[in-house]
Amino acid sequence: MELTGADIIVRCLRDEGIEYIFGYPGGAALHIYDALYKQEDVKHVLVRHEQGATHAADGYARATGKPGVVLVTSGPGVTNTITGIATAYMDSIPMVVISAQVPTHLIGDDAFQEVDAVGITRPCVKHNFLVKDVRDLASTIKKAFYIAASGRPGPVVVDVPKDVTANKTEYIYPQNLVMRSYSPVTKGHPKQIRRAVGLLCEAKRPMIYSGGGIVLSESSDKLTEFVRLMGFPCTNTLMGLGAFPASDPLFVGMLGMHGTYEANMAMHECDVLLALGARFDDRITGELKKFCPHATIIHVDIDPSSIGKNVPVEIPIVGDAGVVLQDMIRTVKNGGPQPNPDNIADWWKQIEVWRSVDSLSFDRDSDLIKPQLVIEKLCELTGGDAFVTSDVGQHQMWAAQHYKFDVPRRWINSGGLGTMGFGLPAAMGVQLAHPDSTVACVTGEASIIMCIQELSTCKQYDLPIKVINLNNRYMGMVRQWQEFFYDRRYSHSYMDALPDFVALAESFGHLGVRVEKPGDVDGALRDALKSDRLVFMDFITDQTENVYPMIAAGKGHHEMHLNPGTGEKAQERELA
Amino acid sequence: MRRVISILLENEAGALSRVAGLFSARGYNIESLTVAPTDDPTLSRMTLVTSGSDAILEQITKQLNKLVDVVKLMDLTDGGHIQRELMLVKVQAVGASREEVKRLVDIFRGHIIDVTESVYTIEMTGDSEKLDAFLEALQVTEIIEVVRSGISGIGRGERALHV
Ligand SMILES: Cc1ncc(C[n+]2csc(CCOP(=O)(O)OP(=O)(O)O)c2C)c(N)n1
Repeated sequence: MELTGADIIVRCLRDEGIEYIFGYPGGAALHIYDALYKQEDVKHVLVRHEQGATHAADGYARATGKPGVVLVTSGPGVTNTITGIATAYMDSIPMVVISAQVPTHLIGDDAFQEVDAVGITRPCVKHNFLVKDVRDLASTIKKAFYIAASGRPGPVVVDVPKDVTANKTEYIYPQNLVMRSYSPVTKGHPKQIRRAVGLLCEAKRPMIYSGGGIVLSESSDKLTEFVRLMGFPCTNTLMGLGAFPASDPLFVGMLGMHGTYEANMAMHECDVLLALGARFDDRITGELKKFCPHATIIHVDIDPSSIGKNVPVEIPIVGDAGVVLQDMIRTVKNGGPQPNPDNIADWWKQIEVWRSVDSLSFDRDSDLIKPQLVIEKLCELTGGDAFVTSDVGQHQMWAAQHYKFDVPRRWINSGGLGTMGFGLPAAMGVQLAHPDSTVACVTGEASIIMCIQELSTCKQYDLPIKVINLNNRYMGMVRQWQEFFYDRRYSHSYMDALPDFVALAESFGHLGVRVEKPGDVDGALRDALKSDRLVFMDFITDQTENVYPMIAAGKGHHEMHLNPGTGEKAQERELA
Repeated sequence: MRRVISILLENEAGALSRVAGLFSARGYNIESLTVAPTDDPTLSRMTLVTSGSDAILEQITKQLNKLVDVVKLMDLTDGGHIQRELMLVKVQAVGASREEVKRLVDIFRGHIIDVTESVYTIEMTGDSEKLDAFLEALQVTEIIEVVRSGISGIGRGERALHV
């Protein structure tokens, strides 16, 4: 039977096993919306701004591993998705964005709501398509999902002109797909793997640095097995938190600009570094000239262009992190080189000294709410097992430092692009994917405003998200930089006219609570976690709190700015 | 270092802009770029001349390979290869220089493909150095217009780039 292009799109989504799509209608998309109306397999979630749709799909993808799907209309519908697409691109999140386009005969005429979607998204997608013939539609959508989810994942845009959605053809969804121009390598080179294991076993000061690639490749179990087999210290990037359990003694915390003292010092002093599914981002490396000065570096990544891009690598291994880790485990278990705990006993002694500095400590006796305390309580009350999304700023770093993630896909944040406004819509996607789980959105009063309209979507779909607004009345992270590097000239990092967040949440139909005393934090969180509604908690926090440790621009891992208390401790320990 | 990279890519709308966009977004140099369909109409062949440090050149090949439309590529400068460029030049051809130009065209084995009382239009192919040398020699007259195609390249002998 022949179907219209619009019906074909919906059938493709169904056959791809898509449960939810996030979207917003408009003229060019109306045939597709009509096709959605006539079926029940694919559920459409109506957001309040197309940016929200992309972040929600992104959150859904991060929490499930399945591609997130977005549907928008032409012109402004597409331009509103750019931030969300770029966010997904920077963090390698599988996403398919279907954008409607003006009819083919109007393309290029500056027609009403026409924008060159393929051109405008090109620099921030893994790939994109303009479908000019309905006969190519199903196969293009198949390709889009394949490209989005395989290799190093990423967003793919499929732009479909309105007339194509009206034209008819026979519907066949291809089962298999071979693309001569695209076939990602998954298996690492066996000789390189053996060399790498040999080098690791001989190391005196080994270090394992793992990133978002472990989460993306579903290889957290293999990472955990390998790290325990070797008995090495392991650090995770901001994107990799949860991939190795935070509660394991081999875990030394997050590394990088706001990483722990022990993780960063161990990076600086290590002699062999194994990087797994991580990309040596500048927020991780600090000043490249000072990065891991003593280390021989092994880098495992599915994207060859990530290897050797920022840092020279001795042993490059192109492959899926999980497949390579499996081969490494096998090499050790099947009589290959063996790790020797005696080799690294001194190294561990040193690391424990660094760890005892307790670089994430904060003032527990303050009369003001310390933001770290809120996160610590949240972690305690949710047993470390909630889904936590965040926005961007100090609150994001405190959440990353103080919520102890033991499993992957629980920590959901925009690491690469650093998109304020991500947290709330992302939480919607997560909550839809996991309706019975606790989903908390840790945010700041500046970030939350950027996509606040999505509170309305949360109401429509009864999403009981717990919004934790760490309200310091500042763009805290900006204020911190201005305090440190601009002589406290707080240029435009303060907002004078903040809304009453409690009233605002209530006007959207949710529960709002203001929490002003440290003693009330526990109770407020407990009540909120018990509620089956969205609760917006406005925590009035200490305005002056800063995120420590911090590596400033131009500094190396060993040149962290510590909070005044731990700074002294560190000095004592180093001298001892 | 200067490199000549040959690329086979899907003959799809937008494929060229992906390559060009990659170079501008990442700040790589493009000295010249030529592209046209091959005997297989689904494939285009591109010859790209670029330069940079070894690290940058490695990134350039990796990033090009990463583009979904790129089927295969080869760095021609890694081995024996042939480079050719087509040039069209329009020059003043009056008085004494008229004869002189004609002689130069013969020496450089070009062709005069259009003639008026005062102007010659010359066609010349060769590697870039030869074309440069010819332009140098043409100083005997006034050059009105120069059109160069950019390099097309191919491997020597058995060395070939195909699917
Ligand atoms: C869309 C966007 N614009 C600007 C920035 C730059 N920026 C980074 S953190 C920050 C302040 C965030 O303030 P808030 O949400 O209140 O969080 P806090 O740092 O106070 O915890 C800003 C403006 C950004 N990351 N994203």
